[in-house]
Amino acid sequence: MTSLIEPFEEATRPPALTAELPVGRTRGWWGMVLFVTTEATLFATLLGSYFYLRFQYGPQWLPPGIAKPELLKPLIMTGVLLPSSLPVMWAERGIRKGQRWRLRIGLLATLIMGSTFLALQGMEYASKLKMFTIRTNVYGSLFYTITGFHGTHVTVGLLMVGWLLAAALRGSFGRRRHERVRLTAIYWHFVDLVWVGILFTVYLSTRL
Amino acid sequence: MSTVAQQPPAGAEARAQLEERLERHWGERPSLRSWFTTVDHKRIGRRYVVTAAVYFTLAGVEASALRTQLARPGQRLLSAEEYDQLFTLHGTAMIFLFATPMLFGFGNFLVPLMLGARDMAFPRLNAFGYWIFLFAGLIMFSSLLAGDAPDGGWFAYVPLTTRPHSPGIGLDVYALGLLFFGVSTTAGAINFIATALKLRAPGMSLNRMPVFVWAIVATSFMVIFALPPLNLANGLLFLDRRFGTHFFDVGRGGDVLLWQHLFWLFGHPDVYIIVIPALGIVSAILPTFARRGIAAYPLIVLSLVAIAIVSFGVWVHHMFATGLPRLSLSFFSAASLLITIPSGIQIFAWLATMWLGRVVVGVPMLFVLGFLVTFVLGGFTGVMFGLVTFDQQVTDSYFVVAHFHYVLFGGAVFPIIAGLYYWLPKMTGRMFNERLGRWAFALVFGGMNLTFFPMHVSGMLGMPRRVYTYPAGLGWDAWNLLSTVGVFVLAAGLLLVLGGLLYAIRRGRPAPDDPWGGDTLEWVASSPPRPYNFPVIPRVRSLHPAWDGRTAASLAELDSFRTLEEGRRTPVTSELDGRYEWAAEMPEESIRPFVTAVGLLVVVIGLLFRWYWVAGLGGLLAAGTIAGWLWPPERTPEEAAAS
Repeated sequence: MTSLIEPFEEATRPPALTAELPVGRTRGWWGMVLFVTTEATLFATLLGSYFYLRFQYGPQWLPPGIAKPELLKPLIMTGVLLPSSLPVMWAERGIRKGQRWRLRIGLLATLIMGSTFLALQGMEYASKLKMFTIRTNVYGSLFYTITGFHGTHVTVGLLMVGWLLAAALRGSFGRRRHERVRLTAIYWHFVDLVWVGILFTVYLSTRL
Repeated sequence: MSTVAQQPPAGAEARAQLEERLERHWGERPSLRSWFTTVDHKRIGRRYVVTAAVYFTLAGVEASALRTQLARPGQRLLSAEEYDQLFTLHGTAMIFLFATPMLFGFGNFLVPLMLGARDMAFPRLNAFGYWIFLFAGLIMFSSLLAGDAPDGGWFAYVPLTTRPHSPGIGLDVYALGLLFFGVSTTAGAINFIATALKLRAPGMSLNRMPVFVWAIVATSFMVIFALPPLNLANGLLFLDRRFGTHFFDVGRGGDVLLWQHLFWLFGHPDVYIIVIPALGIVSAILPTFARRGIAAYPLIVLSLVAIAIVSFGVWVHHMFATGLPRLSLSFFSAASLLITIPSGIQIFAWLATMWLGRVVVGVPMLFVLGFLVTFVLGGFTGVMFGLVTFDQQVTDSYFVVAHFHYVLFGGAVFPIIAGLYYWLPKMTGRMFNERLGRWAFALVFGGMNLTFFPMHVSGMLGMPRRVYTYPAGLGWDAWNLLSTVGVFVLAAGLLLVLGGLLYAIRRGRPAPDDPWGGDTLEWVASSPPRPYNFPVIPRVRSLHPAWDGRTAASLAELDSFRTLEEGRRTPVTSELDGRYEWAAEMPEESIRPFVTAVGLLVVVIGLLFRWYWVAGLGGLLAAGTIAGWLWPPERTPEEAAAS
């Protein structure tokens, strides 16, 4: 039996309309967003554990012998890392228009900014290690675990950006084919934003 | 397929050509290499089921040893150390290595078939997840052979499990093994959600998605949010044990209750991570054997989602006896009692389905009925535990053991066995022996109740859990003996299930495509399904596509956008309405998932034995393989600009 709307359905059947239909989210987009969600939950429980341990510790936080952290270096690190999302966005916009040069330059800029952040973190560790280590007390354990875990994520993000840059230099992406750029960008923005939570928890909250 | 018979001869010829072309793109020649490289969700799903069944058998043998030790007072078959290792590994394996992977195995096999898709959203990630699961299980069980298995109970409370009190390697195996396994579960969960949102057949809007798939999706969302606290807890435990951090060390500012909070923030949702897919199996089988569609479909789906959300607010009911503030106990008590409402809605929806239908009591249905009885009993004692005063009386007694075995054996094992019988024809193309199945059910149901019901009593009489032996004359002797007898009846029943299934696979008569008259799309595929599942992707018109004439008719229309025979392709549809969007290229088989998993296995082994350079090499192998796996093809600007 043919219903009344059947001819209409025939006419508006997807292949006839593919060109005009708005393109929805891809499998890859969902995969990356869900991955970032579970990672964000991990960071949330980690930072939650920091505050749990802090408030169980007693009235006097930080533990005796630990000075309040200096803020200059972490603020510079923030100043380097947070804007590093901008070149990725600029690069992604560029490749959507087919401008490969923008993709390459943008990724390179992010790579440099992210590496600078890691180098600064190395310097930060060098000065902190003179004061306390991961074994000194629970504060030391929290400090190095939280920042180290984030640093690992930055490293992974940089590997992804570097990998993407290598593929971009070879010429794998264009106006329509650039899903990997989009997905890497999501991960990088996440790594970036998480730093704000870490800056607040590990550095700023001790001065409140 | 039934629609083939109605085809005119000319259509049959076109169809044969179509199937031949699809076979060229999707078929795998059986070989040793394809064993390691396959990405077919049906093969992977079957592997999950078989591997989980092997781990179930091992963990079951451990349980029999425990019960044999407890049969009479004062026995010394096992030493205290051996007993501790056996009960820890029994619990850990049943929860992590059996229940979740078994249900993920059903999900892997069934979700694409029920959705009318040709594979999972990320077929290679799927293969990767299986290898990780296999390796994680091997690591956990091999620690028992080495004589140093984890021995801190399945929830591994600190400070019992920190280095000073557990110096061996056992708890490193626990922490690293579970972290390793978490990779597999997380990958599987992401894959299920992406599949259910993007690969449904055209026309299958979300409100036409089968309840089983809804259950898998709800579970997967729970995994996304529940596994991180577990992973964090195990990571911190490993750091404490290996690198001398102080997260759980009270002397240096740590806190032991942090472990319990993190563990149960995962642990309680995990109960539902196990039970919800099992409820999904029930919602798939019960309507088929009641010969009508499921009653109150929207309410069932809403209940699943509600349970998934509320279960994150109840973890403290595992900690009622730890001295937390009274007010917080009241909150968590109320939240725990709240969960009974969506659970009850589902029970009544199933009862209504049976009431309104005409029940046919086949073997799968017998196990579903067994589930209903035992799960309700387990839920009953669960409500009792939700009450703080009662909980504090029986906490850590055998009453707890009785309760959670009723919930998990009743709530998960019965539906799993029901599912094995129900989908055996689809998975293997063979039918099982009905009489043997009925005997197996009688023994399993009787044995299960004989094993676990007496534990309510011995618990009430004050018998604590996790004692390796007990003196005579405390009034526990008879109840323990009954439990032990029950275990052997249960074991006989499970062996009969296993024997019956194996016999069916070897000698069973060939199964028709749709032996039960089910309403979901897996029953319109052949038994076992072709590598591409459906020659023509159906256009779904209702919640019961296999019972719906228009959907069935759509299987005979050779539209090119639903046959997609040029290449390995499956339709991608919109998240909510199931509107056709484009045809996705599906990846071919690859050795890379296996190699990546081996790389991560090397990382775990390296960390376990302090060979850090080995761990580094394993990491390089995994990272390098992933880099090659995802490397985009080289394209000219013109190619890259084409859609």
